[in-house]
Amino acid sequence: MTRISVKVDGVRYSDDVEPRTLLVHYLRETLGKVGTVVGCDTSNCGACTVHVDGRSVKSCNMLAVQADGREVTTIEGIATDGGLHPMQQAFHECHALQCGYCTPGMIMQAIDLVGENPDASEEEIREGMEGNLCRCTGYQNIVRAVQQAAGVMAGQAASSSQAGE
Amino acid sequence: MSHLSARPENPVVGEALPHESAVLHVTGRALYTDDLHPRTKDVLHAWPVQSPHAHARVTQLEVCAAYEIPGVVRVLTAGDVPGVNDSGTKNDEPLFPDEVCFVGQAVCWVLGETLEAARLGAAEVRVDYEPLRSIVTIADAIKADSYQGATRTVRRGNAMSALARAAHTFTGEITFAGQEHFYLETHASLATVGDDGRVFVQSSTQHPTETQEIVAHVLGVGAHEVTVQCLRMGGGFGGKEEQPHGFAAVAALGATLTGRPVRVRLNRTQDLTMTGKRHGFHAAWRVGFDHDGHLVALQTTLTSDGGWSLDLSEPVLARALCHVDNAYWIPDVEIVGRVARTHKTSQTAFRGFGGPQGMLVTEDIIGRCAPLLGIEPHELRRRNFYTDGQTTPYGQVVHQTERLVRAWDQVTSTAELERRRGALAGFNAAHEHVKRGLAITPVKFGISFNFTAMNQGGALVHVYRDGTVLINHGGTEMGQGLHTKMLQVAATALGVPLSRVRLAPTRTDKVPNTSATAASAGADLNGGAIKDACEQILARLRPVAAERMEVPVEDVRFEGGEVRAGERSMPWAELVHTAYLSRVQLFAAGYYRTEGIHWDPEIMHGTPFKYFAYGVAAAEVEVDGFTGAYRTRRVDIVHDVGDSLSPLVDIGQIEGGFVQGAGWLTLEDLRWDESDDPERRGRLTTQSASTYKLPSLSEMPEELNVALLERAHEEGVVYGSKAVGEPPLMLAFSVREALRQACAAFGPTGHSVVLDSPATPEAVFWALDEARRAYRPAVPEPTELGHPVQVTQV
Ligand code: FES
Ligand code: FES
Repeated sequence: MTRISVKVDGVRYSDDVEPRTLLVHYLRETLGKVGTVVGCDTSNCGACTVHVDGRSVKSCNMLAVQADGREVTTIEGIATDGGLHPMQQAFHECHALQCGYCTPGMIMQAIDLVGENPDASEEEIREGMEGNLCRCTGYQNIVRAVQQAAGVMAGQAASSSQAGE
Repeated sequence: MSHLSARPENPVVGEALPHESAVLHVTGRALYTDDLHPRTKDVLHAWPVQSPHAHARVTQLEVCAAYEIPGVVRVLTAGDVPGVNDSGTKNDEPLFPDEVCFVGQAVCWVLGETLEAARLGAAEVRVDYEPLRSIVTIADAIKADSYQGATRTVRRGNAMSALARAAHTFTGEITFAGQEHFYLETHASLATVGDDGRVFVQSSTQHPTETQEIVAHVLGVGAHEVTVQCLRMGGGFGGKEEQPHGFAAVAALGATLTGRPVRVRLNRTQDLTMTGKRHGFHAAWRVGFDHDGHLVALQTTLTSDGGWSLDLSEPVLARALCHVDNAYWIPDVEIVGRVARTHKTSQTAFRGFGGPQGMLVTEDIIGRCAPLLGIEPHELRRRNFYTDGQTTPYGQVVHQTERLVRAWDQVTSTAELERRRGALAGFNAAHEHVKRGLAITPVKFGISFNFTAMNQGGALVHVYRDGTVLINHGGTEMGQGLHTKMLQVAATALGVPLSRVRLAPTRTDKVPNTSATAASAGADLNGGAIKDACEQILARLRPVAAERMEVPVEDVRFEGGEVRAGERSMPWAELVHTAYLSRVQLFAAGYYRTEGIHWDPEIMHGTPFKYFAYGVAAAEVEVDGFTGAYRTRRVDIVHDVGDSLSPLVDIGQIEGGFVQGAGWLTLEDLRWDESDDPERRGRLTTQSASTYKLPSLSEMPEELNVALLERAHEEGVVYGSKAVGEPPLMLAFSVREALRQACAAFGPTGHSVVLDSPATPEAVFWALDEARRAYRPAVPEPTELGHPVQVTQV
């Protein structure tokens, strides 16, 4: 067993974990954060995507001990003050989900993508989301949702930077 | 307009609403079955001992060593089964087998305090096998006469003599692949035992009633001892219709034996190697056309690859035989169908349920014969459409063919097919190594379960004293938006705002004896039942309202949360409260059965379908002549969903169905090891998402336009709607046929392209290479390369 200390969705946790425990299992089974799901086990589907220190990571492809001392954000930690994150809002409004199983991972990946490239073209969104599989929607509305959220996030960034001036 | 189909003013049905659980999904709060175990105490985890052989007798099973592993609590074997050792409905699927029939089949299950303990324990179980002869491919099964279930024939007229008289006849064959469901959520069950010994199983099941029945028969108890609940599924697509029962039974058996909750959750490789898939088929055919290219006769024999047990293979085959005609009138027909028995997973329901396989045969025939007839494929298709009043080969009168023509014309004009065909010819003439293809294909898909008895639905509607409403129905939610539609139906029927209505998870103790949520029929059946329940309640409320408002009963209307009669009105909640005080029953069980259908499975004749759903798609692809790599440039779809109950949901189903169909036909390549190596034979070699190619964002059409057919009210169905789950999958034939045409463009005019399915880039390369070589027919062809030419003019 190895002791790790990790901040997840703003809360600090210290736990003894087996060194080979995957981050996703630590999140789901130890912390009960079942919003992050497992789709494929082989780092192909992206359903388990979370942020580690702000960057997207497939949590089935990372050990819990590798998250020691770092900050993990899951789908359960991105809504603020009871309001949905613009990406959550957009997935909701654009009907960018059916069974919803891919949705947490899609949203986490999309937030990272837009953070990296706020003006991503449709082409770039397709490419950037390619590692996340959806078996239900046919992806059309997912692309639409990312585009819509990117617009809202750009607006928010602009207004907050103005407010800061 | 019928009472069932008529909509009131300002209905909630028809509104474009997001999925009812969308907020839960985007925040990660939506619970799936396997999310429950971390919140349950003392759960045991299950791990299967899987067979390494495609076919073998189990000569000895030694489980003692497993108990040496710390944390192993129990090994479940056949001796533990108090009831029937079978996980299916046909008594051919032992839950704990003494003869294994496919690689990966579970021989027994180990329960542990942790999943890891169960896994290590399973590795210690010793199984001795005596390998037996195995059959892996359909071709081997045909050679060995290895079949299961009944052989069925759809017959009309005399196909043989019509073929003899036909102006043109062609013959050929095709073998095409199945498909893995790859629902993103793998199979999961969690069973607990109550203080009274009753079993509660939460399961990712599309068919809770059958799961309940199988659990009960394995446990040797009555169905009333078992409750099955399905919160929601992370996709089903038919893969959770018949397949979840065994896993639920293992969990339930473990829970009754240990008194502790038992969790079964397959990891992806287990799911892929243990559960059934779409059937692959082989078809051999002879087809006849008249001088004008009208189909005059078809004789074909379809052999499906059923895998090791029957499961749903017989009804899947029946639907395949009933969809060979697709949208085309063929006067003389003989369609024979049989199910091969092979040593693979037991193939099962998958969106379309045989319909796509039946249609593929005919779309393939048309695609191959058009160049030989010298007729453009789109023209050949259009020329053979049914007209109203003609009957299908199995005797059902075809209606609404005008819709198919309208959809066809709409796609032709909005997608500018005329203009683009010209542009495409120019492009192909100008490019030697890149060619484009453009194809348009129709879909006609029968709605209802072929098995008439399954066409019934039930619902339970409660109106509480404060005027809020809770609905239960027999259908399950797997992402298709059924619950969204059912909420809309209830709100419409009661005339209350959507916010007043909530829906509770599907449970067998709320609505019993339900049919599988399948055959696209979920909304038709359960919607009819919910509407019935709501109307019973309104019928009881109406006299109360009339008395209270002092108006004639027949003047009372319910809309927007108000009860109105002429100028007068009162709030819904007030009426409900008044009715309660007057001792009026405020809840009702609703029921619906589809009228006017009948089917004789012996002679494959009758009117099995309530109606047909129609759709048309046009696709344009571009193919690289060096590699066979291709991309889909544009797709246009017009699809008939009746008067949509929920347009966002329906368009989502069309897009998702189309992409899943394109996956089946072009990308998804299930591979089984056919070698004689005893270590490998029968193994599924595509055991994970890293080897089984699923459609991802990079294969999406560059442009996808979807429109719902307008003026499409459906008389006999709830609020004028039509089923939408399965039919759009078959719109993807347009992509396959466009690929065929692009391949043809590499060869001389009149070359018939034989294209494998799935049409992977590799298959496309061989097809276009064959076309290229058709320019040089004199050169003897190395037989080991490319395909034998299978279409010949007789
Ligand atoms: S479960 Fe992690 S990528 Fe699929
Ligand atoms: S919504 Fe089901 S996998 Fe994406």
